[in-house]
Amino acid sequence: MSIVNLLGNWSDFRQQHPSDEHKHLEYKWAMSIDLDACTGCNACSVACYAENNLPVVGKEKFSHGHSHHWMRIERYWDNDGREFADQGAQFLPMLCQQCESAPCETVCPVGATNHTADGLNSQNYHRCVGSRYCNANCPYKVRYFNWYDYPTTENVWPEPMRQQLNPDATVRGKGVMEKCTFCLQRLRAAQSTARTEGRSVRDGEVQTACQQVCPTGAITFGNLVDPEAKVGKQWMQQQVELNKDKQVKDTAEHASKLRGYRVLEELRTYPSVMYLEQLRESAI
Amino acid sequence: MEKDIREDIAWAQINKDVLKSLENPRKLYWIILFIAIAMVGVAVGCEVYQYQTGMGVANKNNSHVWGLYIATFIFWIGMSHSGTLLSAILHLMHADWRKPIYRFAEAMTTFSLMTAGLFVLVHLGRLWQVYYVMPYPSERWVWPNFQSPLVWDMFAIATYLSSSVIFLYVGMIPDLAICRDNIHSGWRKKLYTVMSLGWEGTDRQWRNFRITYLTVACFLIPLAVSVHSIVASDFAMSNMPGWHVTSFPPYFVAGALYSGCAAIITLFVILRYTFKFEEYMTLSIMRKLVRLTFAIAMVWTYLNMIEFASVWYGHDQTAKDQLIFKATGPYAPFFWAMIFFGSILPLMLAFKRFQTHLPILFVVSILLNVGMWLERWMIIAPSFAHGHYPWTWDHDQWPSFVQWGIVFGSFGWFTLLFMVFCKVFPSVSMYEVKEMVYHRTLALKGKSAAKGGH
Repeated sequence: MSIVNLLGNWSDFRQQHPSDEHKHLEYKWAMSIDLDACTGCNACSVACYAENNLPVVGKEKFSHGHSHHWMRIERYWDNDGREFADQGAQFLPMLCQQCESAPCETVCPVGATNHTADGLNSQNYHRCVGSRYCNANCPYKVRYFNWYDYPTTENVWPEPMRQQLNPDATVRGKGVMEKCTFCLQRLRAAQSTARTEGRSVRDGEVQTACQQVCPTGAITFGNLVDPEAKVGKQWMQQQVELNKDKQVKDTAEHASKLRGYRVLEELRTYPSVMYLEQLRESAI
Repeated sequence: MEKDIREDIAWAQINKDVLKSLENPRKLYWIILFIAIAMVGVAVGCEVYQYQTGMGVANKNNSHVWGLYIATFIFWIGMSHSGTLLSAILHLMHADWRKPIYRFAEAMTTFSLMTAGLFVLVHLGRLWQVYYVMPYPSERWVWPNFQSPLVWDMFAIATYLSSSVIFLYVGMIPDLAICRDNIHSGWRKKLYTVMSLGWEGTDRQWRNFRITYLTVACFLIPLAVSVHSIVASDFAMSNMPGWHVTSFPPYFVAGALYSGCAAIITLFVILRYTFKFEEYMTLSIMRKLVRLTFAIAMVWTYLNMIEFASVWYGHDQTAKDQLIFKATGPYAPFFWAMIFFGSILPLMLAFKRFQTHLPILFVVSILLNVGMWLERWMIIAPSFAHGHYPWTWDHDQWPSFVQWGIVFGSFGWFTLLFMVFCKVFPSVSMYEVKEMVYHRTLALKGKSAAKGGH
């Protein structure tokens, strides 16, 4: 946070609350995840490891909770009083929700995590001092700390694997926080191409790694400002609005057909990721 | 009524007794010092290992990111509060009995703050970049994030530390002059000469001294309250269930005074024995101190109950679940130990026979502080183990030996600083004790004069 920003355009970097006064002009990146389509195959998680140079920490560190799955598949068992759930596990792919009013941003002592103009929650690795306050305040716990210096640790990227590291993304050293960026490197490349050609990024022109590999197409990603974007249409269809902490689905009685919700919305974090509820047998 | 101090101690005797503490303490002093150094060694070893290898060796994980370091940080910050209470607040209230014990209480303030500061460094993932938290002029004009309670913390602690060092020093000047005049050679003579700032005891010096001391005392009181309120904001300002409580600032301040008073009792007993201060740190003063501790313990208990009640009757189901988790989950033994040591054990202090029984008080005061340390830990760990998000619920982490080692060593570090201070500087304020003796003689004379008039 520089003095210029502090005195001049503070609200661009610290959105307290998404509102009509502060509209996203060109881009607002958002996602929707269809839980009915998700099979829990973990391809998104693997793709994320490859795209974003996530360290593979190994069995022992994993068991200590030191893993770096920016995109993680959570399993929930809806047993409903039975010994086993009829439908097996339910899956929830959880990634940084890129909150519009992110709890992590306000508490960072050094301003290493900020809001970007296109609605992302950015993380500046160089600035991070590792106080881990952002993780403490994140209700979704989607921030991952570099507990060890993984680039110099053996077997994180054993020799031929080093060739696989993505040159467009960084490799993080010890003591910094990291998290899902919505594949920022891809977004920036697409945005810069579009700018050169004097247009906005077209829908489908840029995909996140998780979206790209999802075999069932459960993940939709795009620009919420763009009226043509699929993600925006989905949000509209489900009557989910970015700047509300309660959606039609929760309030109206006739809304049982609506499936869209955002996780822990009532905390007023205004997440950019909408989930489409899994259809249950009882509901059909 | 017992006397706080004998009124027939000669002033020269006071000088002699206190100056003796700079020369030949009991053997126990050296044993304590040696143990303290060994403890610091353990902590340094752990920190070097953690610095080299990474924070992972502390065994925290990605949802349980804070641990004993932050808990112990709050503990030490809290410990620092009673020094100010005794020296500044009781000074303004003209409580005479504080005079023989306020100096070491103030030293305790300073040294526990210095210990707390180290925990911030130990906690950081990249402690070599800690200066990012300060608003320093840089080419890119990058500043810290003033919205963050951690930045407030930095300001509050730095201010409190520097002010309490000044307060401690200013209050010591007349005594340093006494030391200067009584020691004939060596490095200490030079040290006292420089530090006593040419004190001669003239009227003008005394007047300036009084005004300065009073000013710093007045400045320090709001600071002390604000420091722990700000530390409480680290938690109260977050959205973590169990932390998101409005009553946290007063709760923290009460807890701070409580643990500090208990620590003063512990140090009182140790100093009284090792430096042979029986004449000055009298049992009558101890009784007053114990009563004060008891009162604060009850305030803390009350605020604790308020916190539970507001969570219980509030509409925040997550916070309620969290409270139930604390009381019944894996942390239940520690939670109930905290309630026992913090709220039930101090009831003992209400009984007269225990109020001056030094061995019992020594043990009890340490246990009270164990309770207060547990309280801080119970604020940190269970909250991380049972937050908003179900994924975190099975991610509990038991602190590793590195964390325990550094916490253990911090007590050594504090003891080391404190014991060195007591040996180098007069830990009983000579000029104020003289004042106290003088006040008593005056009072007695007044009494006998009144009697004689009849």
